[in-house]
Amino acid sequence: MTNPSRLHLPHPPARPGEAPDFSYVHLSAAGTVPRPDVNDRARDIGFLSTELVRVLDDEGVARGPWNPHLDPAELQVGLRHMLLTRIFDERMQRTQRAGKISFYIRSLGEEAVSVAQCMALRPGDMLFPSYRNQGLHIARGTPLVDLMNQLLSNTQDMCKGRQLPVMYHSKAGNIFSISGNLATQFPQAVGWAMAAAIKGEDHLAASWIGEGSSAEADFHHALLFASVYQAPVILNVVNNQWAISTFQGYAGGEQRSFAARGPGYGIAGIRVDGNDFLAVHAVTHWAAQRARTGAGPTLIELVTYRAAAHSTSDDPARYRAKDDHEHWPLGDPVLRLKQHLIALGDWSEERHAALAAELDALVAASWREAVTHGTMTEGPRLNADLMFEDVFKEMPANLQRQRALMRAERP
Amino acid sequence: MANMNMIQALNSAMDIMLGRDPSVVLMGEDIGYFGGVFRATEGLQRKYGEQRVLDTPIAEGGIVAAAIGMGVNGLRPVAEIQFADYIYPGFDQIASELARIRYRSAGEFHAPVTIRTPCGGGIRGGQTHSQSPEGIFTHVSGLKVVMPSNPYDAKGLLITSIEDDDPVIFFEPKRLYNGPFDADPNKPAVPWSAHPKGQVNEGYYTVPLGKADIVRSGADVTVVTYGTMVFVALAAAATLGLDAEIIDLRSLVPLDVDTICSSVRKTGRCVVAHEATRFSGFGAEILSVVQEECFWDLEAPIQRVAGWDTPYPHAFEWEYFPGQQRVRTALTAVMEPE
Repeated sequence: MTNPSRLHLPHPPARPGEAPDFSYVHLSAAGTVPRPDVNDRARDIGFLSTELVRVLDDEGVARGPWNPHLDPAELQVGLRHMLLTRIFDERMQRTQRAGKISFYIRSLGEEAVSVAQCMALRPGDMLFPSYRNQGLHIARGTPLVDLMNQLLSNTQDMCKGRQLPVMYHSKAGNIFSISGNLATQFPQAVGWAMAAAIKGEDHLAASWIGEGSSAEADFHHALLFASVYQAPVILNVVNNQWAISTFQGYAGGEQRSFAARGPGYGIAGIRVDGNDFLAVHAVTHWAAQRARTGAGPTLIELVTYRAAAHSTSDDPARYRAKDDHEHWPLGDPVLRLKQHLIALGDWSEERHAALAAELDALVAASWREAVTHGTMTEGPRLNADLMFEDVFKEMPANLQRQRALMRAERP
Repeated sequence: MANMNMIQALNSAMDIMLGRDPSVVLMGEDIGYFGGVFRATEGLQRKYGEQRVLDTPIAEGGIVAAAIGMGVNGLRPVAEIQFADYIYPGFDQIASELARIRYRSAGEFHAPVTIRTPCGGGIRGGQTHSQSPEGIFTHVSGLKVVMPSNPYDAKGLLITSIEDDDPVIFFEPKRLYNGPFDADPNKPAVPWSAHPKGQVNEGYYTVPLGKADIVRSGADVTVVTYGTMVFVALAAAATLGLDAEIIDLRSLVPLDVDTICSSVRKTGRCVVAHEATRFSGFGAEILSVVQEECFWDLEAPIQRVAGWDTPYPHAFEWEYFPGQQRVRTALTAVMEPE
């Protein structure tokens, strides 16, 4: 008799009340993973998709061939962007709790992903973000007031009141509009990169999704098209372990790393410590060089942890251990870069506290300015006529008629 | 002017646009080296190169998504979905993304994508090669929806669609590729060369979206239709000796309400005909518009002709297809209301 087959059901290591356990996360020691040449073929560098590229060790010392040797001034800029992202998030979270905005999504614990990756790319590279990539806007310099105006759907809202909070875009900053539908931007980024190649430009495209939404067909379309056409694109899976309450095992992360989907499609896959600013920067820069030199696309899995709730509508205490994040083996990206800079002698607790205070004041001042353009409950409001614009380039007759009917409904 | 069937006319439109506008690219399954399963892109890869006429993987969702990304990056992609029956894997990218990028980004981003896809029955294609899903797309805000009925219109409408900065879903009634068809499968096939609309200008010209064509003027009854049913309606009305006014919509979005309504005001009677299934079909929208705008001019209840509300059955092609008899029943009912 052979054993009957049994349905396997992935389980996270710790539910509420249980002791956190991250022994399932495969770690490599800092500095131990070799750095292949940017033009090596995907089939020859498969080890990158199972190891974990790390530069910063537990003491904050940069080690090994992936050390990007960034100038301390640039590291300070990175620290500033990450800290600003965190303070902005914190403040907007409280604002939502106070009923001033309807919804918010924090990126707590994942700030290095957006900030370090953005800093490793060029301004002409096109970014196709998901909804937890506010660090891209911070690093590209989208004014905080613009982001806040969007959150408020006020008279200066870049989306003219049509999108949920956090679905930003920036034409000037080359940051694409966030859909809110998962994974759809991934194959679009590949199309953008294909167009860059067709036009003979050396811009690349980069896109981000969570490990959870890598289950969507769009993820596979993206990898397939990227592979077939060797498009200059960087495809990033932010593996923060959780998709709302769904553990990464349900996206297929138990049997194989997400980075290993890359070699499966014949493109380079690389797994990186997503909380290590230096490693994320180095890996992204390596992938960008590959794209720009015609060596093709790269799939990067950024191993990190969603320290906060999925969104303001979520309560993770119902499905995971409360102190999970404190046991996460890769620590906190802000604290690790801070520690590194202090170890270099280019930072101090005093300077850090002063920076935090400065950024706190910047966020507060930006908020004071944003609310002068209206909030959900007070001040000037967007004209509802705007809902009929931009459905098409020119407004057709039926929408003009409906706009008139809508106006007539108003008291 | 030259004799062209609808395939040649579509090919000519794409040829001209590839030549005029370096941002135009074609993409789709089998469309490059092979020239397409219906030959619509024959010779274009040879002429314009592999970078502009792309063979793609069999992944409609990926084709649409890649076209969107290309459109955002300044190209003007024309994507072929090999059969309209296969468009559904791309539906999310069409309905949730393509249709709304301009809207959700407040006009900052847009993707001028044209999606060509052969549709309709009458070719023994069974339930996976015969569908007419146009109504599904007319229900999505932000899409334009086009369906030509002849080579001349097909070329002019396709050029207009490619040049349009909004996304266009361009349905090609494949039973009309080689000639007009009145739904009598026993008659010898008629080539487009024997039809005035098979005379096509070889150069650049456009046919506007949102302008219906009065294919035949008449005083007795208005038939509002599009695609294959234009010729079925013409034949059916002729067998009854009716002086019918036949309107070919050419585009469903935008819809030429004025042409429909001035005709119904004149005739007082209206039949709406399409191949697609009846329930929640686009015909219901036309019917609603006519009764809202022309109720006091109507002499009889409006009649609808459509495919039965079943999947398209392989063995019962002509029992399923809304042929001349179904149109005659509707015409008779509207001419002689109980």
